[in-house]
Amino acid sequence: MSNLNLTLKIWRQRNANDSGKLVTYKVNNISTHASFLEMLDILNEDLVKKGEDPVAFAHDCREGICGSCGCYINGRAHGPEGGTATCQLHMRKFKDGDTITVEPWRAKAFPVIKDLVVDRSALDRILQKGGYVSVNTGAAPDANEILVPKPVADEAFTGAACIGCGACVAACPNASAMLFTAAKISQLALLPQGKPERYRRVEDMIAQMEDEGFGNCTNVGACSLECPKQIGQNHIARLNREYILAKTFNPPKSNEVEVI
Amino acid sequence: MNWFARTFNYSIGRKIIMALTGLFLVFFLIEHVFGNLLLFANDGGAAFNEYSHDMSHNTIIRIVEYLLFAGIIFHFVDGFILWSKNRSARPIRYQMSKPHEKTKWTSRNMIWSGSVILIFLVIHLKSFFVPYRITDGMDGKTLFEITRDAFANPYYSAFYVFAMILLGLHLNHGFSSAFQTLGLRHPNFYSGIKILGVILSLVISLGFASMPIYFYLQTIMN
Ligand code: HEM
Ligand code: SF4
Ligand code: FES
Repeated sequence: MSNLNLTLKIWRQRNANDSGKLVTYKVNNISTHASFLEMLDILNEDLVKKGEDPVAFAHDCREGICGSCGCYINGRAHGPEGGTATCQLHMRKFKDGDTITVEPWRAKAFPVIKDLVVDRSALDRILQKGGYVSVNTGAAPDANEILVPKPVADEAFTGAACIGCGACVAACPNASAMLFTAAKISQLALLPQGKPERYRRVEDMIAQMEDEGFGNCTNVGACSLECPKQIGQNHIARLNREYILAKTFNPPKSNEVEVI
Repeated sequence: MNWFARTFNYSIGRKIIMALTGLFLVFFLIEHVFGNLLLFANDGGAAFNEYSHDMSHNTIIRIVEYLLFAGIIFHFVDGFILWSKNRSARPIRYQMSKPHEKTKWTSRNMIWSGSVILIFLVIHLKSFFVPYRITDGMDGKTLFEITRDAFANPYYSAFYVFAMILLGLHLNHGFSSAFQTLGLRHPNFYSGIKILGVILSLVISLGFASMPIYFYLQTIMN
């Protein structure tokens, strides 16, 4: 395969207070076997040689499992390919002479730290409100002690696949974190281990999601289409259902119990 | 905060209100479009006038009417509140943004189709509901004659048809979206809901749009 000569327009922003702008760079002789992040590595080597500040971008595993990476590439979260994270995007998806625009995730809840790196701790704070099950430590329980039907386990797993990359927020026209939050709530609501905290979880996580300044869901579906794990809208429906159930059937707290 | 405020202050709570009011409005529209088909009865409006008279003198219908006005108000007020929250959730926009080709235009523009419907509703109520029911400003004409005369005006009829196209687009997404919002989604029936939504949006928008077209054509042919 031939090598590519490309024009890059990359968002450069020194820090959270800088206003930032798109800066144009040329990269030449990029192998079509390179990954998108390797292409940025090559650009950065060039910049370092010239004594310029390299482009900051987030990455870790580079195999689509950690959720660290994420850029808005040519107007799409994680680039033009579906079902992949930015690190799994390859340069063979581009043509010689292409201009590629690279921007950070945009959301009020995701402030830019530097260049293409945004602060996604808002997602962590949503998780801290209930994206877990409380268990006693001690000897490991027997694996098959609690039975889980296969279809339930499968459905829960499609939600558990979320890697927390934030592409759903980036792709959503409303910068909503519904798909991320739904993936956690839905997964744990399905499994017996998650049931005891089910109602408290949905109320607390949704309250946190709202407080972080994410938008709300208008059922556009862009999130599922851009999600590297292809997490479906059915999880958002389950989140909505859990919310309604929690609001109608959650047993009253001790201070709310009716006195006969 | 009490239960009600806690539940419906959140965006998800507001969306539940939008879905419930939206579905309620859809059921009203189905009744309304089939009732209005009496305009085509070719009897000088006798059946239509009688139907309108019965509707406006039925106690149950009058109670539902108040619910309907409350529903419309809750629906569009919550619509604007959610929309403005969503705008502020992304203060810095993308320089280059290409919506995924599989997302629907209708779903991304509910606020605009809704706003046209709102403007339409004000004009619509002013030309028919207000003179008929509130101010008694009919000048001795029947409701049928008022309708016929209003649609003789090409600009009025054109706007009417335009608003009905946008209503169709609003419902094309809105009907199934409301089921999703209420958590009523299962592979067994959700594709059926989607098809039903498309059918209903077509029946309602084409049904209403046919009325100004019919009366306008009648005027230019006479
Ligand atoms: C007779 C008229 C109307 C009907 C039958 C109707 C019906 C619906 C339905 C069924 C939904 C879906 C709810 C959901 O997604 O859960 C919806 C959503 C919406 N409607 Fe209406 N609507 C009407 C008028 C209006 C008006 C006047 C506005 C004013 C701006 C409006 C604005 C919206 C917006 C912004 C949404 C999207 C809400 C969201 O997804 O968060 N609609 N409508
Ligand atoms: S739901 Fe998908 S897009 Fe959103 S954070 Fe999880 S993996 Fe990323
Ligand atoms: S770097 Fe780990 S998912 Fe991309």
